[in-house]
Amino acid sequence: MDLVLNLSLGFGVAVSPINLLYALIGCLLGTLIGVLPGIGPVATIAMLLPITYGVPTVSALIMLAGIYYGAQYGGSTTSILVNLPGEASSAVTCLDGHQMALKGRAGAALCIAALGSFFAGCVGTLLLAAFALPMTELALKFGPAEYFSLMVLGMIGAVVLAHGSLLRAIAMIVLGLLFGIVGTDVNSGMARFSFGIPELTDGIGTAQIAVGVFGFAEILMSLSQKENRDILQQKLTSLMPNREEIRRSIPAVLRGTTIGSLLGILPGGGALLASFAAYGLEKKVSKRPQEFGKGAVEGVAGPESANNAAAQTSFIPLLTLGIPPNAVMALMVGAMTIHNIQPGPQVMTSNPGLFWGLIVSMWIGNLMLVVLNLPLIGMWVKLLTVPYRLLYPAILLFCAIGVYSLSNSVVDVYITAAFGFMGYVFAKLECEPAPLLLGFVLGPLLEENLRRAMLLSRGDPTVFFTRPLSLVMLLLAGFLLLLIVAPQFRRTREAAFVESEG
Amino acid sequence: MAKIRHPRDFAAGLMFTGFGAAAIAIGYGYPLGVAARMGAGYFPRILGILLIALGAVLVLRALRFDGARIALESPRPLLIVIGSVVLFGWCVAPPTLFGVTLPSLGLVIASIVLIFVSSIASTEFRWKEALISGVVLAALSVAGFIWGLGLQFSIWPAFLGPG
Repeated sequence: MDLVLNLSLGFGVAVSPINLLYALIGCLLGTLIGVLPGIGPVATIAMLLPITYGVPTVSALIMLAGIYYGAQYGGSTTSILVNLPGEASSAVTCLDGHQMALKGRAGAALCIAALGSFFAGCVGTLLLAAFALPMTELALKFGPAEYFSLMVLGMIGAVVLAHGSLLRAIAMIVLGLLFGIVGTDVNSGMARFSFGIPELTDGIGTAQIAVGVFGFAEILMSLSQKENRDILQQKLTSLMPNREEIRRSIPAVLRGTTIGSLLGILPGGGALLASFAAYGLEKKVSKRPQEFGKGAVEGVAGPESANNAAAQTSFIPLLTLGIPPNAVMALMVGAMTIHNIQPGPQVMTSNPGLFWGLIVSMWIGNLMLVVLNLPLIGMWVKLLTVPYRLLYPAILLFCAIGVYSLSNSVVDVYITAAFGFMGYVFAKLECEPAPLLLGFVLGPLLEENLRRAMLLSRGDPTVFFTRPLSLVMLLLAGFLLLLIVAPQFRRTREAAFVESEG
Repeated sequence: MAKIRHPRDFAAGLMFTGFGAAAIAIGYGYPLGVAARMGAGYFPRILGILLIALGAVLVLRALRFDGARIALESPRPLLIVIGSVVLFGWCVAPPTLFGVTLPSLGLVIASIVLIFVSSIASTEFRWKEALISGVVLAALSVAGFIWGLGLQFSIWPAFLGPG
């Protein structure tokens, strides 16, 4: 019963009053920022990242996990009440959630979203705990060649499973890799691409790049759009879903949890893909497909459970292999490295308290959301009535102070501003920033493992094909690339994203 | 002269090519080493070449296939918002001008400047409201960040005595 033993160790760490408090603060802050229209989880975490730096390691990670769930739930709240998705993954919730709200069932939609998410979160946490040991054992067998190939597979997967132009996404990853290696070369001690700026010899911080490219750029994009919110006017009377709604939700929640758990582990998967896929599935299996888009409760329950399950299981590759499968996890890597933890298989063995504590705290984070957010919904709704012209300067200020406080340096503020500018250009050219962030985090790792693998093989590049595990992963990556070129799959992929949007 | 049929792809391609070329140019002096013992310049060179290649494909495609234009709008909000953040930096740690390092203006002034200037970017800008919002948020940030989280900021301008 290792699992029980490990989980109880985790409970011992996470359920200290101070860590519970941090989880609570994280959930609150995450929801607070996440509820703001136009700000997705990545931007939310990026903005809140700096404030966790002063907190002890375990508590900081617990707080970040809380922020993540809060942000995601906040996004759903906005979608249901305002029909203004904070980010792509809650765009799906908008479709039926807001329709339910218009029919006076906003409370029920919010409640089902919360309970479905909680259930999915529980399952996801258990899966994470169960997979942690075997995955870690597998990871410990990996040499540099395997790691290199695994990262290549991860990046290709992230591109193939995301939507948008493939070529651009690959270019964004490569650009991210390049930004990632800015700073002192670990092998030779040489400063690369630092332009003589002392702050850059330590590399670009994850927070600066994320706040700039996601936070600032999102503000700029919303500014150029006309504000158009139809906030729900009627009062939220009852949060209780009726019997019919419950009956229809339960199977949807189960299906959503399954599909979300599976997709979360895949590179590039994560919450976004999961909610789209779950919506598609619900629509397919439903006896009443004509109700979708008009307030079908399954259209809320399925995707909401799926994205939370995926949010949970996407920690599996991060914590066991040290490879972030998506942009949110890339941010988590940034947060961990600040606290001198290199995510990977060694975390569990060298720091079991942290590892299991984090896993348990995820579950606590989920619980807190249900306990906290349902009663507080009225407050979040009030927040939504604050006009954007007052909100965005406050967000900017918050970001600027946060980034400055990382190392008390204004250079960090300027770097963030520069990335904000770049983020705007990327958005204008339809280059998604998520692959950039992924590449950025993987850059130093990829270089290091490439170097080591080539050193061990004495400069023979065939090492990546002669080691069986490495070969399998490269073949998989190649297969994924072939898939996307194949017209059949390409159509399905496009349809998967378009169908749910239309 | 080929016609640009897909301006958005074309511009994106140029951007990536530019980044790749810059990486190679700046990293030109970095020691390359050999495959078995890669120098500091090896990996960046690979990335640079990849970026140029990917950018070139985008540019070439843009000459062959039709596609979307770039939705251009006034760069005003962009410049104001980014500018307000830079101004915030200047207020916190003023740049050295003509060999003179100016004293910090403190968090209160920096916050009010950022809020007020960035508010101008909105089409619904009202200067009174922006000013009030600036003062309120400055007070909140002093309370939250300096007193609450214990961040290292001077509150008031340095020449007014220790903050």
